[in-house]
Amino acid sequence: MAIWLTENSKIIVQGMTGGEGTKHTRRMLASGAKVVGGVNARKAGTVHEGLPVFGTVAEAMRETGADVSVVFVPPAFTKDAVKEAVDAGIGLCVVITEGVPVHDTTEFWAYATAKGNKTRIIGPNCPGIASPGASNAGIIPADITTAGRIGLVSKSGTLTYQLMYELRDFGFSTAVGIGGDPVIGTTHIDALEAFQADPDTDAIVMIGEIGGDAEERAAAYIERHVTKPVVAYVAGFTAPEGKTMGHAGAIVSGSAGTAQAKKEALEKVGVRVGKTPSETARLMREVMKSR
Amino acid sequence: MDLFEHQAKELFAEYGIPVPRGIVAHTVEEARAAAEELTGRVVVKAQVKTGGRGKAGGVKVADDAADAERKATDILGMDIKGHTVHKVLIEEASAIAEEYYFSFLLDRANRTFLAICSAAGGMDIEEVAHSTPEKVAKVPVSPLTGVDRAKAREIAAAGGLPERALDGAAELIEKLWAAFVDEDASLVEVNPMILSADGQVKALDGKVTLDDNASFRQPEHEAYADKAAEDPLEAAAKAKDLNYVKLDGNVGIIGNGAGLVMSTLDVVAYAGEAFPGQPKPANFLDIGGGASAEVMAAGLEIIISDPAVKSIFVNVFGGITACDAVANGIVSAFQLLESRGEAITRPLVVRLDGNNALLGRQILADAKLPGVELVDTMDEAAKRAAELAAVGA
Repeated sequence: MAIWLTENSKIIVQGMTGGEGTKHTRRMLASGAKVVGGVNARKAGTVHEGLPVFGTVAEAMRETGADVSVVFVPPAFTKDAVKEAVDAGIGLCVVITEGVPVHDTTEFWAYATAKGNKTRIIGPNCPGIASPGASNAGIIPADITTAGRIGLVSKSGTLTYQLMYELRDFGFSTAVGIGGDPVIGTTHIDALEAFQADPDTDAIVMIGEIGGDAEERAAAYIERHVTKPVVAYVAGFTAPEGKTMGHAGAIVSGSAGTAQAKKEALEKVGVRVGKTPSETARLMREVMKSR
Repeated sequence: MDLFEHQAKELFAEYGIPVPRGIVAHTVEEARAAAEELTGRVVVKAQVKTGGRGKAGGVKVADDAADAERKATDILGMDIKGHTVHKVLIEEASAIAEEYYFSFLLDRANRTFLAICSAAGGMDIEEVAHSTPEKVAKVPVSPLTGVDRAKAREIAAAGGLPERALDGAAELIEKLWAAFVDEDASLVEVNPMILSADGQVKALDGKVTLDDNASFRQPEHEAYADKAAEDPLEAAAKAKDLNYVKLDGNVGIIGNGAGLVMSTLDVVAYAGEAFPGQPKPANFLDIGGGASAEVMAAGLEIIISDPAVKSIFVNVFGGITACDAVANGIVSAFQLLESRGEAITRPLVVRLDGNNALLGRQILADAKLPGVELVDTMDEAAKRAAELAAVGA
């Protein structure tokens, strides 16, 4: 078992015929993920990478039974691609595209919410989700780790890979890269909730970085709802202080958004926070060994 | 991208939002001429992209043109929170009856937009929000429904604005929403939004942050870029499409992925604490997940052109691009730079980890690149880079 993405997941790729879409479709297939088709209205009816290309997400779902979509379309078309996936009622939509205007993300999120949030959206600007040994939806390199019982949720791509690699002897149930954009679909809290409920996850690694107050909110959630051990890493302790424009941000969150503030919030609720990625891996090692 | 106040107001004016008449001046002479043109009392306002300007003495009222010249002399060149004042906005003085606060912004936590409105505007709005939060209305705004005149009026009323200001405020707020959406802004703030003595609601100040991700559909936003303030190395990096930020230390940093690079800065800074002079990162440079030879060469080129750099730390995790490809990229980058006559004369520490790490390390060891040391772990490599910077300093 894993969260959200299993060996039975059937994946379609929106934007499969583009450069990134093609490259990563190949990689997903090579890792054993069940990619069953692609979507491109202008190339409907053709075959690409040995897979059928459909005109719409709804058609692809009908024809293949797909329940996961991975989005590689360019930023200008991402909003419409996600709305289409939501309209088709697909279960999981993983948005890899980087550089999506925040007004577009906010709009497709509002759209998904208005439609009852039946589609789980991960991203945008994220590496995707991987359940090692079972499936892989996105661009996470499948071969850096093994299947195991650690769950991971992260804002950053390469830091995700770093931790997956350092802990490859223990392995992962699922790793979710939620992306670092100001507005994202799936949050740290959503992943924590799912890992807490997942019988095949024993402990959770959480990776955050400066900006916003998502880690502080995750800390509050952990205190109330998470009984599994959580080890965290926060990047950006020495990043130069960003200039803050106006007063609006401070009025809304009441948080400084610094790495230090996030670390303190997490430690206050019993989460062990590593000073470096390697120390974080070491802390997780201790957790796994003591079980 | 953050805008200067005068740019924000020019933008507001395009949307029909009432703003005081104003002229930008870069010199005291221009300031005087501007004040003469506007006639009467004027306000001399430092143009810096930071808050707390009023409290720092960057905003002063002048009685006439001669006085404006004196005030501009005081303000031009002033340092406000690390920002040097290179220009002032000379603006006609407004007869203020009341000061309000208004903004539209992105509410990250709730993944929606938010309108914030308060009758208690002005310099102390953060304190007001902290001690008397009931005086600050926060109204969620759905991107699907937006803000029409009725909704604008409802927000103004929720902020406690008096009846006599509601019509004017509603009109301003509705127009401000149009600017917020059409310009792909993540923040528009008006503090203070005033009720003037003659009953008009106006934007007396303006702060706007534009979303850089939207530049593909907002080509005119490029004109707002503050080219004068750009660090020359940052400008050079930008021209090569590199994600580079100049910092004030002496260990040059190259890595792949923003999170990993940010983490590298932390690890180097920690390691530097143990060495004389406490070496720190000289820059942030993310060459992206792919880490190709061309991008690696471009990155190294930027870093070696920074005279502050005493050692260089290349920190790459080989994922999508495996370590052997990255190692070949580094070797090619050295050859490329050498062929351009730009030899790397400062010590370079490389940490390669991830897919095919052993193969990648072997490729680098065999290439025997001058001044290149291989260290297996990120923590140890950071320590070595800091040590080399301390020796070279």
